[in-house]
Amino acid sequence: MMKLTLKNNLFVMLIFSVVVLTAPIWLSPIGANYPDLLQKFAIFGIFAIGFNILFGLTGYLSFGHATFLGIGSYSAVWCFKLFSMNVLPGIVMGTVIAGIFAFLIGYVSLRRSGIYFSILTLAFAQMSYSLAYSVLTPITNGETGLQLSSEDPRYLDALFSVEVTEGLPSTNLFGQLMSGYPGFYFCATLLIIGFYISLKIFRSPFGLKLRAIKSNQTRMRYTGFNTRPYLLTAFIISGMYAGLAGSLMAVTDPLAGAERMQWTASGEVVLMTILGGSGTLLGPLFGVTIIKYFENIFSAMNTSTLNEFFSFLPEFLQSIMVSISQHFVGEGWHLTLGALFMLVVIFLPGGVMEGVTLINKHVRLKLGLRYDDPSVAQSEPSGIEAAPASLTDSQKEEKK
Amino acid sequence: MSNKDKNDNNLANTRRSFMKKSATAGIIAASSAPTFFMKNAFAADGSFRNMPGMGKSIKLGFNVPQSGAYADEGADELRAYKLAVKHLNGEGDGGLMNTMKPLSLKGNGILGKKVEYVTGDTQTKSDAARASAKRMIEKDGALMITGGSSSGVAVAVQSLCQEMGIIFMSGLTHSNDTTGKDKRRYGFRHFFNAKMSGSALGPVLKEEMGTERQAYHLTADYTWGWTQEESIKETTEALGWKTTATVKTPVGAGDFSQYITPILNSGADTLILNHYGKDMINSLTQAVQFGLRDKQVNGKNFEIIVPLYSRLMAQGAGENLKGILGTTNWNWALTDAGSMAFVKSFGAEYGFPPSQAAHTCYVQTLLYANACEMAGTFYPPAVIKALEGFKFDGMGNGETEYRAEDHQCFKNVLVVRGNQNPTSQFDLLEIVKEVPRSQVEYDASIFGGELGPYKV
Repeated sequence: MMKLTLKNNLFVMLIFSVVVLTAPIWLSPIGANYPDLLQKFAIFGIFAIGFNILFGLTGYLSFGHATFLGIGSYSAVWCFKLFSMNVLPGIVMGTVIAGIFAFLIGYVSLRRSGIYFSILTLAFAQMSYSLAYSVLTPITNGETGLQLSSEDPRYLDALFSVEVTEGLPSTNLFGQLMSGYPGFYFCATLLIIGFYISLKIFRSPFGLKLRAIKSNQTRMRYTGFNTRPYLLTAFIISGMYAGLAGSLMAVTDPLAGAERMQWTASGEVVLMTILGGSGTLLGPLFGVTIIKYFENIFSAMNTSTLNEFFSFLPEFLQSIMVSISQHFVGEGWHLTLGALFMLVVIFLPGGVMEGVTLINKHVRLKLGLRYDDPSVAQSEPSGIEAAPASLTDSQKEEKK
Repeated sequence: MSNKDKNDNNLANTRRSFMKKSATAGIIAASSAPTFFMKNAFAADGSFRNMPGMGKSIKLGFNVPQSGAYADEGADELRAYKLAVKHLNGEGDGGLMNTMKPLSLKGNGILGKKVEYVTGDTQTKSDAARASAKRMIEKDGALMITGGSSSGVAVAVQSLCQEMGIIFMSGLTHSNDTTGKDKRRYGFRHFFNAKMSGSALGPVLKEEMGTERQAYHLTADYTWGWTQEESIKETTEALGWKTTATVKTPVGAGDFSQYITPILNSGADTLILNHYGKDMINSLTQAVQFGLRDKQVNGKNFEIIVPLYSRLMAQGAGENLKGILGTTNWNWALTDAGSMAFVKSFGAEYGFPPSQAAHTCYVQTLLYANACEMAGTFYPPAVIKALEGFKFDGMGNGETEYRAEDHQCFKNVLVVRGNQNPTSQFDLLEIVKEVPRSQVEYDASIFGGELGPYKV
């Protein structure tokens, strides 16, 4: 019998899809319901979900994931330039080429683990960044960024004699333009598909093996298990997620710049995952929403917005509050984010997801409901809350 | 088949059908999205994106670098924008509205609507700049976007604004591409460009350094650096100079010593620094520390040229800049009525004189506002037509024209030199020559590119 619990994939996906597709509605009270930010939420959601498959499951911290984001963007823009303004070839090409690069970089980097792996990926990322920034200027157009031009050949579009509009053509999905809200729904659909794949991986024997690698790789090797193919597969999958995210960035805004590959961009996805809760399905998405919200909304606040916000206070209190809080908005948004990050890491080492779990537990105990503590071995580890605490819990599942 | 297997099969089926359903739902949701978010900024009934309607105020979007190599310029641009908004709303002393001719502004906002503004940080990155411009357009409802201190950003934001049907009044951008191969119908530039710098510098260089020189270029590796190198090379080679080498350096490199050492042994006797902002401060300081200026090569004194100068950079480079030649769009020491009025009201507000970046941004804001008044509407195609070919005076650069063919302003260009004996901490540039407009004019078609449609 199917029970409506979070262990049921269908039920999880239903809730998830509804939440994602109605984002424009429930995000409007906090002023985040404009297309560009919504698109960013969905795109970076895909990026972080993919990163979490590698980092959350295997514990391998890649510090160069933005490389694949950049490669995805460049591939997609080249696809728009050479073949068609239809987005489907673009995202397929972006994902596949990022996958190929992930194979090459992963094959070398995964020979080491721990900090050495992180440094290797960082080195590859910086190499790719420098290549894109100056050496490969004919392909990447350097710091100016790769852009569409009206002289691009677009062979496929020419073949199917797609109508040429005045000015630059726009990205489209069989005629539906990909800017604004349609662009968001397209990204959101892919986010839902990406989330589903990630859910399946988390709850599959493959995901279990990845978790086993995280918990004790040496022991796994002793039992005669070759871990590297699994690691490499996880690395490629997560690279392809990044490539997809990168190509979606090009879909919603056909321009690719080298700064997408910079180490700060790689660090951002690490922050997102840790802030939200690595190793959990939903954690990275919380992280993405928080960081992108800060980056776009907090950075744009100025004293006049603050004055408005505190206008309910008496005047002298208002000016005091404004003078204090103005250091935390506008250019100071990094400061707020840093403080928040510290608080989360100190008090909720498992990220925002740990907070959600704690609240959930508290509420259920208060209401006298049964609470399935995911850390205690139950019939089946749900995976949505936290990774199983030990290998033995998970092994039970595999034997079933 | 056991019971359990059947159940699993069932589940798989429902999963599959569920995926199908959710995908269909996504597509339906996408295709039924409201049509006013479609590409066409103009609907059939003559309404346009962010149309102010009956509202009492309108919003302008100021997109400036608040971090990165050009942050100093960005801060000064923002000061100028705030001042311009004050003056447009009839507060303060009116600034250049007292000297601009012809003037349609009345000091009651634009078309009777109060001017408000939103700001964004470009971070001198194309991605970040487009994201903040999009936020200002989509969320805050900005009617016009202006600002930026890098041509890379200007080109990127300009093409975004063309797609969105929002007018972009570029700030500090000196690349030929902005109004050359990447020009757009919705983009306007008041600032001069590399080509004009080259034409203005040429005769002065000939006079001061002769016709037999070996030039070595260090160039910021992006659209501005490339076109400036090209234009200066064209000018100097026409004088008879030879180009020893052109080396590209990354923007924001910080340490340029690895690029400067090879110059010492290259046989070059002139270094041309196609750098701007903090990059130029760093590369020039390091070049001087390496003793380049004390050298004698080919029997001549080694010289350094900085084709694009600004007072903010001069402040950063200090002593090292003395005697070095370059060009600038505007300088606060000019004595025409417009310049004096602007320096006076900027100084009264902030306590120090404005930079050329501040000047161009202030003027751009006023020009946009004035064009709306002239057109009698905010409807972008009408405003664009009012700006195209607009001739004005009293804004600090003498008689100026917005050329209709490429949306580039044509006006006098200043050739300046780092002041040997500054009388104050701001008196850093000495004006060598005010090159008349006729000498820097060029044919609009030489760079190619297309403006694109009025209605998008």
